[in-house]
Amino acid sequence: MVKIKIEHLNIWFDSFQVLKDINLEIYENEILSIIGPSNSGKTTFLRMLNRMNELENGFKVNGRVELDQKNIKMLDAQFLRKKVGMVFALPLPLPLTIFENVAYGARIHGEKKKKNLEKIVEQALKKAYLWEEVKDRLNTSAFKLSGGQQQRLCIARTLAVEPELILFDEPCSGLDPISTAKVEQAMLELKESYTIVLVTNNVKQAARVGDRTAFFLNGELIEIDKTAKMFTAPLDKRTDDYIRGKFG
Amino acid sequence: MQKFKEFIIEKLILISGLASIFFVILIFLFLLKEGLALLEFITPGQFLFGKNWYPISEPAQLEILPLILGSLLVTFGAAVISIPIGVGCAIFIAEVSPPSIKEILKAGIELLAAIPSVVLGFIGMVTLVPWVKNIFHIPTGLTALSGSIMLAFMAMPTIVSIAEDALYSVPKSYKEGALALGATKWQAIYRVLLPAASSGIFAAVMLGLGRVIGETMAVMMITGNAAVIPTSILQPVRTLTATIAAEMGEAVVGSEHYFALFAIGIVLFVVSFMINVTADLFLHRKKI
Repeated sequence: MVKIKIEHLNIWFDSFQVLKDINLEIYENEILSIIGPSNSGKTTFLRMLNRMNELENGFKVNGRVELDQKNIKMLDAQFLRKKVGMVFALPLPLPLTIFENVAYGARIHGEKKKKNLEKIVEQALKKAYLWEEVKDRLNTSAFKLSGGQQQRLCIARTLAVEPELILFDEPCSGLDPISTAKVEQAMLELKESYTIVLVTNNVKQAARVGDRTAFFLNGELIEIDKTAKMFTAPLDKRTDDYIRGKFG
Repeated sequence: MQKFKEFIIEKLILISGLASIFFVILIFLFLLKEGLALLEFITPGQFLFGKNWYPISEPAQLEILPLILGSLLVTFGAAVISIPIGVGCAIFIAEVSPPSIKEILKAGIELLAAIPSVVLGFIGMVTLVPWVKNIFHIPTGLTALSGSIMLAFMAMPTIVSIAEDALYSVPKSYKEGALALGATKWQAIYRVLLPAASSGIFAAVMLGLGRVIGETMAVMMITGNAAVIPTSILQPVRTLTATIAAEMGEAVVGSEHYFALFAIGIVLFVVSFMINVTADLFLHRKKI
């Protein structure tokens, strides 16, 4: 099943073209990893999917992005962002308690009953593998958690809104290997019920968790294929060079 | 020789540094000395909580409750007007307005801060006062309400610029995080930005009110200066500051009246000091 379909997507910031004629499809319940050197447009591509680019000045776009056969331009931005959750590069808890961080999303979407909120928070924290570590201190500040815990808290916060698609923007760039492993484990579990797009600078991470991998370079989509194929027999020489660490 | 020069410069800087503190202490001591001399004539309780301020009757009655209430009423009125408008303006400038309008608004706010208070008082006297009189059908427009409105204008620049700074310094990531969860702009402002900036906004309000309670000229010109306990905001009132400004010229040096004015100075000093300390505490309070 195609979850997201992108056709002839071009994006500019002021006069600089960041993405050039991107065409690709994202399937339901897969992890699509996106790799590429910095300034290749990976993050801009990701932020297109929940329309976060619109918040920047000088943003221009043409082309078509469809979520479940519907043009996302026609959707209400709040509705789209509820369906398409996002986890940022740096763990960014809100200045609230652990409980309130996770409950925040559910609250803004209208959930008021304390009982339901408690249930939502518990489930989200369990899915993000954080529940056991924080269940006794839900009412302390989220800033007291370690970096890795904060990032899993952000994942839980995203899950609490019950999205269908989750965007990860280099989620492990600031984390140690053990925290990284935990986040990756969470992603693999989440794949069962969500579609995941993962932007990563870590080629090995793409190889570990991605079902398919896309390689971006200078705003162009060079190649997209099954991860196993990409990492053993890529079609394009540039992909091969990047994966082998010859540049970027 | 070089060393000697170095020594002189170092000491000069030290002296200038100490001088400011030294002068503050001197002023405070003088205020205390003159103000506390009043205790020979009247107990502190009676001075603060008595209802009659008749400084030139025989014997003089020097009780400042009406003045304290006058100051509080005018300040309270100014707070009610200036806090919502000021904080709203700060939110608009920091979060909503497009960059071009933002610059114009900021310049406007600075301009408002630059108007001398006597000018504001004068404008209030010729425009606001008749207006208040006509709207409420009262014998005089020189009321606490007029004072509150004019003072709100004075508190606003302080409130807006400090609150705007506080909002601006909230990391952009908080807002993005909230929006990415599907929050509307207002939900992001209300649930994330305002709480994150709350201590700065509170400090902004306190500093604004500090300015209001110490303001003299404008209130003296438009509040009517009647030293009675106010029962409504549409009555003339007299504030602590206006009392000192109006009466210091005619009080005989060394008289009870003279000492009482200094004692009022102490009261004002204590109030402003408390407001500033509270503001400072909140400004430098660590975020959760």
